[in-house]
Amino acid sequence: MYYLWAFLIGGLICMIGELLIIKTNITSARILVTFVLVGVALEAFGIFDPISEFARAGINVPIVGFGASLAKGAIGAVKARGLIGAFTGGLEATAAGIAAAVGFAFLFGLIFKARTKK
Amino acid sequence: MDDKKRNEAYNNYVKAKIPKTRPWPSLFNSFWIGGVICCLGQGINDLIMLAFPNMAEQTAWTYTLVALIFLASFLTGIGVYDRIGKFAGGGSIVPITGFSNSITSPALEFKNEGIIYGMCVKMFTIAGPVIVIGIIASILVGLVYLFI
Amino acid sequence: MAKNQTVKFKNKPVIIGSYSIVGPKEGEGNFGEFFDYVMKSDSFGEKTYEKAERKMIQHAVVGAIEKAKIKPSDVDLFLSGDLLNQIISSSYAARDFNFAYLGLFGACSTMAESLAVGASLVDGKLFDHVVCSTSSHFSTAERQFRFPLELGNQRPPTSQWTVTGAGACVLAPKGKGPRITMATFGRVVDYGINDVNDMGAAMAPAAMDTLLAHFRDSNTTPDDYDLIVTGDLGKLGSEILIDLMEDQGIKLGLNYNDCGQMYFTRKQATLSGGSGCGCSATVFNSFIMKKLRDGSYKRVLFAPTGALLSTTATQQGDTIPGICHAIVVEGVKEED
Repeated sequence: MYYLWAFLIGGLICMIGELLIIKTNITSARILVTFVLVGVALEAFGIFDPISEFARAGINVPIVGFGASLAKGAIGAVKARGLIGAFTGGLEATAAGIAAAVGFAFLFGLIFKARTKK
Repeated sequence: MDDKKRNEAYNNYVKAKIPKTRPWPSLFNSFWIGGVICCLGQGINDLIMLAFPNMAEQTAWTYTLVALIFLASFLTGIGVYDRIGKFAGGGSIVPITGFSNSITSPALEFKNEGIIYGMCVKMFTIAGPVIVIGIIASILVGLVYLFI
Repeated sequence: MAKNQTVKFKNKPVIIGSYSIVGPKEGEGNFGEFFDYVMKSDSFGEKTYEKAERKMIQHAVVGAIEKAKIKPSDVDLFLSGDLLNQIISSSYAARDFNFAYLGLFGACSTMAESLAVGASLVDGKLFDHVVCSTSSHFSTAERQFRFPLELGNQRPPTSQWTVTGAGACVLAPKGKGPRITMATFGRVVDYGINDVNDMGAAMAPAAMDTLLAHFRDSNTTPDDYDLIVTGDLGKLGSEILIDLMEDQGIKLGLNYNDCGQMYFTRKQATLSGGSGCGCSATVFNSFIMKKLRDGSYKRVLFAPTGALLSTTATQQGDTIPGICHAIVVEGVKEED
């Protein structure tokens, strides 16, 4: 059952992204930035977790989840360690994702070569 | 007619002239591919939880994202991801796989300019703003929570 | 009173040899059968696409010299340009030749620019054999102006496909072949378009400006030409040009077309059509030259347009200036 929710919510988020691309012609960098900010806002206002409860991957896999982790990390660290948490929390929570993206990009960058689009 | 008015009139004319594409097919494609990627993530997550029942939920999600990032990075390397993207648009940009693609694709592209000045420098040409804006937003949120 | 922008050549320089080379996708396009050489892979055996592009220029130049039946040592001057920063494809290609070299930049209008300059120099009897060339490559242009190749993004409906190809031709004061009779040098025109995915709309006003100047200076009308062809306005841009010309009281009829619009088949899904220096250069040096030689066309007005933008200027919010140069080529049957 939760697969259906994951599919529906995930699909909906992606469709909103596509709608933004069609309507405003914005580039993928701006799309990603927008959705990260949406994720940060959702987490900051405490709306993310209730959605995550039933949508699961539907909201954690889109980049919205990345934004939510940033905010969640910062909030948690601030509560635990005070001021310095605002600076350490966000990156700590997302370190695995960023490190993986950079690491694999480096690895596959060494192995493969860019090909002309068909 | 002065230049400014002429340009304005021309821009309006061009806007009206641009062919209107029907948005529904691409919206539909982005919907179902985005949904499938999310379900894939859910599947990986469930498998991890099944294999390691004692793992914390948060850790399992982190592994899931790493797996998706690996997959997207690999598909980018073998030249498949850009074809999915041409078809799916937002469906393959918005998931975390799109983030991975946006880091791997410049790494491949600028390899010819060398490891340091090509690959490493250009890796964040697209994803850089995502990380910068994300970090700044998280700092702000942290500061706000410090005072409430 | 408008200034004269058109040169009428007294000695009518002759295009004694022309050559075109394209990538595999272009070879499958509508002009496929006319090209002299279709590459099997667009890396052309080189390690990088930039190196492939300059090899294409060298290949085209050597091919044109051979077809002109002259020796490389007969060449007095080499005129060339391309899209890359500091026109490296042309300059680096020229490095391996023993020619005097003049680098030109007119973006996608470079073929007409080099022919107009070359014809002027030959007509003035300053040089005997001038080689004109230009090139573009999809993969080098894409990374310089747009996004990495493997990025999974979508192209908006107005975007065009940069042609991978190079064209070259040899001008001489006399000999067999089509003759250049007139050249109109264009002005830089900017109507305030800033969408980099809509080059056709940015360049169409420049095409209008040059065509109007040409018809005015030469006292001709569109009906005096068998073919009026622009470079890479694409589908949208050429429709805009027809509208703009109509507003000025000049009707472009069935003898008008655009290289970019014609270049690819519908199935190849290039949206608004082909673009790049190579687009007009390869069509001119293959299809148009052939039709002029066999007498199908007697008089062709070749007016490719160029968008003189740079990514820096665009990111600073500047609008896109366009330019268009036009030349008139008249066919003489081979046996004359």
